[in-house]
Amino acid sequence: MSAVDNPILTIDGLSVKLPKGADRSHALNGVSMAISADEIVCVVGESGSGKSVMANAIMRLLPGEVAIDGGRVLFEGKDLASASNTEMRKVRGAGIAMIFQEPMTALNPLRTIGDQIGEMFEIHTELSKTEIKARVLGLLQDVHIPDPVQAARAYPHELSGGQRQRAMIAMALALDPRLLIADEPTTALDVTTQAQILKLIKELQSRRNTAVLFITHDFGVVAEIADRVVVMQHGNVVEQGAVKDVLTNPQHPYTQQLIAAVPPLTAPPPRALSDDIILTLDNVSKTYRNGGFLGRGVRVTHAVKSVSLKLPRGATLGIVGESGSGKSTLARCIIRLIDPDGGAIVLEGKDWAKLTRDEVRRETKHIQMVFQDPFASLNPRRKAGDLVAQGPIVHGTPRAQAVAQAKELFRLVGLDPSAIDRFPHEFSGGQRQRIGLARALALKPDVLVADEAVSALDVSVQAQVLKMLHELRERLGLSIVFITHDLRVAAQICDLVAVMKDGEVVEHGLAGEVFGNPQHAYTQALLASIPGGDFARSRKPVTV
Amino acid sequence: MRILSLAGRRLAASIPTLFLILIGVFLLLQFAPGDTVDAMMAQMGGGDAATARELRKFYGLDLSIPMQLGNYLWRLIRLDLGFSSIYGKPVATVILERLPPTILLMTASLSFAFFFGLLLGVIAARGVNKWPDTLISTLGLVFYATPSFWFGLMAIVVFSIYLQWLPAGGFEDIGAVQTGFGRTIDIALHLILPTLTLGLIFLAIYLRIMRASMLEVLNLDFVRTARAKGLDETRVVVKHVLRNALLPMVTLIGLQAGTMLGGSVVVESVFSLPGLGRLAYESVVQRDLNTLLGIVFVSALLVILVNFLVDLLYARLDPRIQAEA
Amino acid sequence: MMDAVKRYFRSPAAVVGLLLLLVVIVMAITASWIYPRDPLALAGRPLIWPFSNPRFLLGTDNSGRDIAAQIFYGARISLLIGGVATVIAVVIGVLIGAFAGYYGGWVDTVLMRITEAFQTLPNFVLLLVLVAVFGSTITTVTVAVGIVSWPAPARLTRAEFMSLRSREFVQAGRTLGMKDIQLILGEILPNALPPVIVYASVVMALSILLESALAFLRLSDPNVASWGNLIGLGRDVLRVQWYVSAIPGIAILLTVLAVSLVGQGLNDALNPRLKSR
Repeated sequence: MSAVDNPILTIDGLSVKLPKGADRSHALNGVSMAISADEIVCVVGESGSGKSVMANAIMRLLPGEVAIDGGRVLFEGKDLASASNTEMRKVRGAGIAMIFQEPMTALNPLRTIGDQIGEMFEIHTELSKTEIKARVLGLLQDVHIPDPVQAARAYPHELSGGQRQRAMIAMALALDPRLLIADEPTTALDVTTQAQILKLIKELQSRRNTAVLFITHDFGVVAEIADRVVVMQHGNVVEQGAVKDVLTNPQHPYTQQLIAAVPPLTAPPPRALSDDIILTLDNVSKTYRNGGFLGRGVRVTHAVKSVSLKLPRGATLGIVGESGSGKSTLARCIIRLIDPDGGAIVLEGKDWAKLTRDEVRRETKHIQMVFQDPFASLNPRRKAGDLVAQGPIVHGTPRAQAVAQAKELFRLVGLDPSAIDRFPHEFSGGQRQRIGLARALALKPDVLVADEAVSALDVSVQAQVLKMLHELRERLGLSIVFITHDLRVAAQICDLVAVMKDGEVVEHGLAGEVFGNPQHAYTQALLASIPGGDFARSRKPVTV
Repeated sequence: MRILSLAGRRLAASIPTLFLILIGVFLLLQFAPGDTVDAMMAQMGGGDAATARELRKFYGLDLSIPMQLGNYLWRLIRLDLGFSSIYGKPVATVILERLPPTILLMTASLSFAFFFGLLLGVIAARGVNKWPDTLISTLGLVFYATPSFWFGLMAIVVFSIYLQWLPAGGFEDIGAVQTGFGRTIDIALHLILPTLTLGLIFLAIYLRIMRASMLEVLNLDFVRTARAKGLDETRVVVKHVLRNALLPMVTLIGLQAGTMLGGSVVVESVFSLPGLGRLAYESVVQRDLNTLLGIVFVSALLVILVNFLVDLLYARLDPRIQAEA
Repeated sequence: MMDAVKRYFRSPAAVVGLLLLLVVIVMAITASWIYPRDPLALAGRPLIWPFSNPRFLLGTDNSGRDIAAQIFYGARISLLIGGVATVIAVVIGVLIGAFAGYYGGWVDTVLMRITEAFQTLPNFVLLLVLVAVFGSTITTVTVAVGIVSWPAPARLTRAEFMSLRSREFVQAGRTLGMKDIQLILGEILPNALPPVIVYASVVMALSILLESALAFLRLSDPNVASWGNLIGLGRDVLRVQWYVSAIPGIAILLTVLAVSLVGQGLNDALNPRLKSR
């Protein structure tokens, strides 16, 4: 364990027990670490590693039956693990402040931003109302919110995600706490917003000398912001040290595996692409109108604006963009879950944009989709085998034959064929995503549309699923439209990449060229926003 | 202003609903055995067929049903609800006379149920699964299962017959002509038992929804934020949880306005209150279909009005509503 | 499924509710064996106090009819009306809610306008209108109670359908080429049903209360022994022989309580996430 000079927070053998009936007895098993003033320590781990539990345990904000059952949390000479509630209340906000993952839900929707920040001063200081107001405006200026006066008066839903997180940070820093705990504060944000928030945290940290304990799952963020890093797995600290050492020379096998699974930004050498175009999008558009009453006050949203793209047979076309760019709407137009307003979607000579609903139903075996959410995309009341056999049965395959095929497909996507009788909740996230893939493949589609298919997965699981997609693509000659917000993932699997912004494709071309030599300013900004500096950019592509 | 226009638009949207109800009930009443003239003849102690024919012609009852419906709606637009042969007065007059006790009763019951539902719900949620919660939740279940008319009768037995604390029925003491403050007190005393009787089931519903919604809101992220700021539990509840938890309850008031008005039919009958509900009951028994249709119209109007007020209140509580406008 | 049963029996309140309900059901079934005579026929001296004459354990009412017999037969009527009206209300509600929620757009607008109309009109007033028009036999009363009770289950079903139809597994079903009816019956309905089943207990409780209120006002079928009828009858002798009204009221209270407790138990058993509260 690396020695820490002058620690302001020392965690010593901290254990946190879980309620009976949980999958393990402890969320934390004797965790020890320390953080000194003036440094940013990143705690990194996958879901279930206990990193968020640790953050909440320090603040003594653990839910219900989850409780500290051993160890100490020393902050300014006091053991927080055994402090009274009254003592804790004085520490919270004033001594240690906290920001959270989802700024929308972390702010009270019914009170103004200024009111919620001002509350910090109301409970911890004796300042007058006018002084508080002035301080709030000062804080909002500090976090570079455009028009602080307006922002103070606004309700959370009236601000953008990035502005909300800025407001959260302003609130957390109101009383100049010694320590700021940030629990995945950029995970819910777009990559360009994430870059700005990371920059802001770094700037404020160096200006105010606040120690920052930063919880994240993303090694790019670690490389971007951390001075030191603590790696956690199953409630244990497996490795900690200076960020340079851990990233370049990880000691523990788990750390090595995690770092190896992080996709680098550089694309592998290009594959030869066929001249045979299987799917052509020509000026596809989708416009939403809503809110209007008898033609007045109609709000028009151009979700997709004249998008034209070509997918060669056997190739993978990545569509990347931030939230609201229209990439998911486009995917749903291609598969006709949404009816496009205009343009042509030509698959094997047939214009899908012009098919009737009945025709789409019959033709749907040619094009299939894999969805984002491994929990929501499988009907919880059907057995896994039925889910996969369903498609062929709908299209007329006898049940017994469809079930036999389902077993085959289970083997194909790396699942145990005897698991077809289990229900979705008995599988892990990665396994469910494999079931979703098997379901799509059951109809032997020519084109597979994958909508953020690996985005909800932990990085090591993500790597496995990507590897499998690689193999299947070779084996089955699949043509894939791959929708993602994660440029690193796109770089790994896509032959061609199209970058979308506000419903338009701003740039498209071979993956290596788009990532290596971006032409459009927005693409450049996107690439520059990817956290991790050299760590993310100069690593060799993973060979799969 | 935006709030008002939003609620106003909802109000305008309920006009078709109102017509739908009236047309539906009007057509339904065509199936009823006997019409106003039959009722009138019965009232007069019988009469010959010729008189009946004359009367039907006079009231337009010999026309085709669509014509009658058209006539009815046209009169309705001019706020003419027709004539009650039983009471010998225009229906509008009869209903207006009966409206005050019902409105008083509803307001009192709603306030009682809302206030105590809120209070008990918060107390139960604060000590979830401890004895106050168990006690309050059990009481809630029992109140919910109690038939209101039966509770009213038993309350009369205890408070009026045995203890003789409160009057057993009526809106005010007719014997002693009182004015001003004395009369107010007298009416208030008469309304205590009916208010409790009508409010009981709503108290049970509100406390249950308040408890559930408190528990739900207490689990939300911003409550953790509030705790992370160093707020004590009382302040967390008062400043952050309460207003959010109130929203489902406010919605429920609007949804249940009709149920409450329906409940007053029974309660007014138990306590012989001369209100709209009792009038509805009487007009069914006496087959006074004109009055019945008038009551349908007025009670639907009342429900729409309550919903309008609830919309205003909701928009005051939740700024997100205005963004949707 | 077995998990749900186990979870149900872990809650003492749910078990008490089930036992109470079983008692009422047994009373309904055994009524004609224990009291083979017409419960509405004269049985003895009127207004005998309960527990004073072993022949009439719960006493007699103002016309000398056995109260205990009426309680047993009343259980039949309450369960019958409650059960049938609930089935009517839930079937109408699920049909309307499913169509409105699944198709949205103008189908939803039209169906919801109708639902709103039913909710705007006080349900008891509508019940009075229906009874005034169609008379008060036990069949018409049951159907009328069902008809005034469907809007709430319809709204619930609609809300479930609206949230489920945009879920990814339903979209997945659509991309597999399923027809609307396959999606509605096979994918959405099984997931939407548990909350509706739980809500059915609320509908049943309210139906029993509605019918008893109607009977109390002497607008229900006078030719059957119903608890509400007996309370209405007892009102005439409330001053002294209050027990005539009190006893059937307790029977209603316990039955509705049993139904509510079973509903709550089902809710906790079918939605395990909420159970920890």
